[in-house]
Amino acid sequence: MIRLLRSLGVVALDRLASLGRASVIWGQAVWGLPRADDVPLLIRQIYNIGVLSLIIIVLSAFSIGAVIALQFYTQLQRFGAEDAVGLGLALVLLRELGPVVTALLFAGRAGSAVTAEISLMKSTEQLSSMEMMGVDPLHRIVAPRLWAGLICMPLLATIFNVVAIYGGMVVAVEWLGSDPGGFWSGMQDAVELWEDVGKGMIKSIIFALVVTWIAVFQGYDSEPTAEGIGLATTRTVVLSSVAVLALDFLLTLGMYGEFK
Amino acid sequence: MQMRTVEISVGVFVLAGILALIVLVVRVSGVSLTRDEGSYLVYAEFDDVAGLRKRAKVSMAGVTIGRVADIQVNPEYGVAVVALEIDNGVGALPMDTGARILTEGILGARYVGLTPGADPETLEPGDYIEDTQGALVLENLIGDLVTRLGAS
Repeated sequence: MIRLLRSLGVVALDRLASLGRASVIWGQAVWGLPRADDVPLLIRQIYNIGVLSLIIIVLSAFSIGAVIALQFYTQLQRFGAEDAVGLGLALVLLRELGPVVTALLFAGRAGSAVTAEISLMKSTEQLSSMEMMGVDPLHRIVAPRLWAGLICMPLLATIFNVVAIYGGMVVAVEWLGSDPGGFWSGMQDAVELWEDVGKGMIKSIIFALVVTWIAVFQGYDSEPTAEGIGLATTRTVVLSSVAVLALDFLLTLGMYGEFK
Repeated sequence: MQMRTVEISVGVFVLAGILALIVLVVRVSGVSLTRDEGSYLVYAEFDDVAGLRKRAKVSMAGVTIGRVADIQVNPEYGVAVVALEIDNGVGALPMDTGARILTEGILGARYVGLTPGADPETLEPGDYIEDTQGALVLENLIGDLVTRLGAS
C-alpha cells in the first residue's frame, strides 16, 4: 500500500517536473525571438509547418464542408428550410470545426514532424554540440518553430473555413440546387464578425500555442534513442489531440456558455 | 530547396491566409465596407417580451432597421423596457409608431415589428413608443381557449 502511494507520488512529481521544464523552455524560447537575423530561420519553419500542411488542410476542408452541407440539406429539406444550410455550415465551421479540425490535422502533420526532427537532433547530439559551440538551441531550434506554429495555425484555420464554406456551397447550391441568395444572405445575417469569426480566431491561436508547445517539448525532452523518438512522436499526436478537444470544450463554455 | 523558392511559397501562403480572412469578413459575415451611419435609441414598454433576446431584429415592413440594444424589467409597473437601436439611415419615426413583438415562422426567433404611424411629430432619441403590444404566449392562448370551452 505504502509502495503504491510512493510510486503514485513519484509519477506526480515526474509530471510536475516535466511541466516545469516545458514552461521554462517555452518562456526562454518565446523571449528569444524575434530578432532581425532570425527571419530566415522563421521563414524556413513557416514553410515546413505551414506551406507543407496546406494540401492536407485544403483537401480535408473541402470534403468536410461538402459533407456538412449534404447532411444539413437532407435534414433541413424536410422542414422546407434549405436556406438555412449556409447559416448552419458557416456557424459550425467558424465556431468549432474550423479551429478544431485544423489543430488536429496540424498536430498530425506538423506537430509530429517537429517532434521527430528535434528528438533526432537530440539523439544524434546535434543539440549538445550546438551548446558546445555557444549557440543556444532554444533560440536557434525551438523558438522559430514555436513562432512559426503561432503564425501558421490561424492562417491555416482561416483557409480551412473559407475552403470548407465554398465546398459546402458547391454541394448545396451547384448539385442540390438550393438558392444561392438564401445560402449567402442567411449566412451573412447570422454570422457576426466578433462573435463568430473573431472568437474562432482566438480559439485557433490558443490551439496553436498548445500544439506547438507540446510538439517542441516532447522533442526536446525525449529519450535520445530510436525508441524514444517514436514514443515522443506518438505522444505529441495523442497529447495534442486530447488537449485540443478538452480545451475546445472549455473555450466554448467560456465564450458561448451563457450566451445561448 | 532554394531559399528563394521557400520565401516565395511562404509569401503565397501568408497572402492566401490574409485573402481568406478578407473573404470571411466580407463575404461570410457580411460586413459592409460602407461606413456605419450610427444609430439612435428609442424605448418601448411591453407587458410580456417572452423570449425576446438582445440583438434581435427590429423591423418595419419586413425590412431590418435596427437591433434590440437592451431589455430590462421595470419592477414598479411589472413591464419590460426594451431599448431599440434604430439606424440613422432610416430617419426619424412618427410619434404614433406602434411596436409589436412577433415571431419568425412558428418556432422562429422573436423580433420587434414596428408599424408606421402618420403623426407629423417624430420620436426623438430616448422617447418611448406609446402603442405597444407584447408577445403572444402560446400557454396563455391555450389557457383562454380551455376556460372558454369549459364555460360554453
